[in-house]
Amino acid sequence: MPSLLEIKDLHATVGGQEILRGLTLTVEAGEVHAVMGPNGSGKSTLAHVLAGRPGYAVTKGEVRLQGKDLLEMSTEARACEGVFLGLQYPVEIPGVSNMYFLKAALNAIRSHRGETELDAIEFLKIAREKAKLLEMNENLLQRAVNVGFSGGEKKRNEIFQMALLNPTLAVLDETDSGLDIDALRIVSDGINALRSETRAILLITHYQRLLEYIVPDRVHVLSEGRIVKTGGKELALELEKSGYADFEKKDAAAMTASA
Amino acid sequence: MNETMPLGREYMERYPEWREALPGNELPWLAERRADAFRRFAERGFPTRKVEAWKYTNLNPLTKKLFAPGAALAATPGALPADALDEKSVHRLLFINGRAAPGATLALPDGVRLMPLSEALETVPDLLAPLLAADAGPEEAGLLEMNTALMTEGAVLLLEPGVQLEKPVHFFFLTTEDAGEAAMHLRNLLVAGKGSEATVFEHYLGTGQTGHWTNVVTEIVLADDAHLHHYKLQNESKAAYHIAATTAKIGERAVYDNFAMSLGAALARNDIQARLDGRGIDCRLNGLHLARGHQHMDTTTVLDHQKPECRSSETYKSVVDDQAETVFQGKVLVRPDSQKTSAHQLNRSLLLSDEASANAKPELRIYADDVQCSHGATISELDEQALFYFRSRGIAADVARRLLTEAFLAEMVEEVKDPTVHAVLHQATTDWLGQTWPKGRRP
Repeated sequence: MPSLLEIKDLHATVGGQEILRGLTLTVEAGEVHAVMGPNGSGKSTLAHVLAGRPGYAVTKGEVRLQGKDLLEMSTEARACEGVFLGLQYPVEIPGVSNMYFLKAALNAIRSHRGETELDAIEFLKIAREKAKLLEMNENLLQRAVNVGFSGGEKKRNEIFQMALLNPTLAVLDETDSGLDIDALRIVSDGINALRSETRAILLITHYQRLLEYIVPDRVHVLSEGRIVKTGGKELALELEKSGYADFEKKDAAAMTASA
Repeated sequence: MNETMPLGREYMERYPEWREALPGNELPWLAERRADAFRRFAERGFPTRKVEAWKYTNLNPLTKKLFAPGAALAATPGALPADALDEKSVHRLLFINGRAAPGATLALPDGVRLMPLSEALETVPDLLAPLLAADAGPEEAGLLEMNTALMTEGAVLLLEPGVQLEKPVHFFFLTTEDAGEAAMHLRNLLVAGKGSEATVFEHYLGTGQTGHWTNVVTEIVLADDAHLHHYKLQNESKAAYHIAATTAKIGERAVYDNFAMSLGAALARNDIQARLDGRGIDCRLNGLHLARGHQHMDTTTVLDHQKPECRSSETYKSVVDDQAETVFQGKVLVRPDSQKTSAHQLNRSLLLSDEASANAKPELRIYADDVQCSHGATISELDEQALFYFRSRGIAADVARRLLTEAFLAEMVEEVKDPTVHAVLHQATTDWLGQTWPKGRRP
């Protein structure tokens, strides 16, 4: 059985600048991994490279999802194969209702899986069920995608989408940023409810705070585009105390030494 | 004037001969107005791009060859195209290749006259005399004077005071393969008496590939408290020229609501001049260009606030693909007496290709101090972030592009309140989007 996600020696550039510099990471089905690191370490780049965002160029390495080559797939094909990216800054789309957007997404994925497409009534039934999970006000379904949503509502909407699309791999980019304590609890409860034996979750976060609510199986520290340390959940607490300075210094020293 | 190009010599030479065949020749007032207009046009000629109002649109193609009036064309009524409206849902006046086609129309309520111009000149000339081409027209008249000199046919709608017309009136100008390279100088006249209300759908449809020239002027007079919903769909042959001018003179507390969608023609120009000539008027001008290939579409509006307490709003949007080009010029004039004017203008263009272009020229001239005026113009491409968001949720790129374009257009067609006309315009938009993204079927 291939691992659910296998990243080997991944190098990627954005705007000609190398951000990921040999990142290797394996995540098994059923696991939740946290990727932590200082600003500029490449956390968001990793998230976007996995989702296939245009403008992020992979220059070396490979990424396999359940053994399939992810990098050769289009953005939408990855989503259909089960990759979900929860955005740090969800995009506002005036003129397109949340409902319509999500029905289009779910039906695209269902038809890729060879399942029948849902009509509006069937979709609404499922959507209502999932909205409860996130304590989401139903009128947010009727509104334009993320338009006029508060920061917390946008993040809830992301996890609501995850619940609906039922991904194999969920990459959640700074899902905790901009959330107050109540919203953080709701979003975390939602994510915890979506933990499953058949799914892997990659939590990308700057702060340890989120990990008090969602306890990860593994914690990785990302610095200068590489995983520099991996440990259990206690590693996050360690980071909380000492900060990222150690890793940055070590890395800078290593770079000086190699130069 | 040396700023304009001379009228082709051939037009000058042929005019006396063409004039003989024009309707209403026996009416002295009309003969005089035609002669006057031709004289003024002959002095000025076709406007060139040196004329400010024609800065972005080049009429050269029209001056390079002789477009003979199409009055001599045979009107060959045959099966109407499938996208024509159901006859029972509208009061229709049908024109084929510029000539009135006989045909049944719904019974009209009392107080409504609906007939071709040629018939109106014969049967009710006294009603037309104070209205038809009675104004010399604005200073930069474009082709309005040429139209007055040569107007051959068109639709006349006269509403007596207080008349409410429930069903829309369909001015249906159909061109077929027989249109060839004819010129059709059409003149429509819409007169709404005090407190009357109607919906007019001005519809140009080309079923052939002809390079004909439609030169149409629509004169509108709204008396006090009249409501006119005036919708237009221009879907001429892709090789045709469509030059249109609408002049509206609007009375106190009247409502004039204009929505124009341009889809067809190689070169299309839509001039709209609204004169707000009474207090408390509500004037809404909205429109849409859907341009592709090498199409050139220009909408130029002049909103003239002459009296206090009027509201005007304009929203014009363009979606431009391939090497097409669109133009919006919007002049708003608020005269010194027009206190408490509210005038808002918005122009947004969406470019779907790197070679597409859009031009925007808002022009606000405000001479009153107690007014609320605003304008905005944007030219943009599809939002890359939004596209990625769609795709990251499994939605194919073409579907995403289509949905985002629909969202850009969304509120526009909703401006059209009449359900019959709304359905036609909605279908036209859907077809256009479907042609742009054949694989972008709505999920």
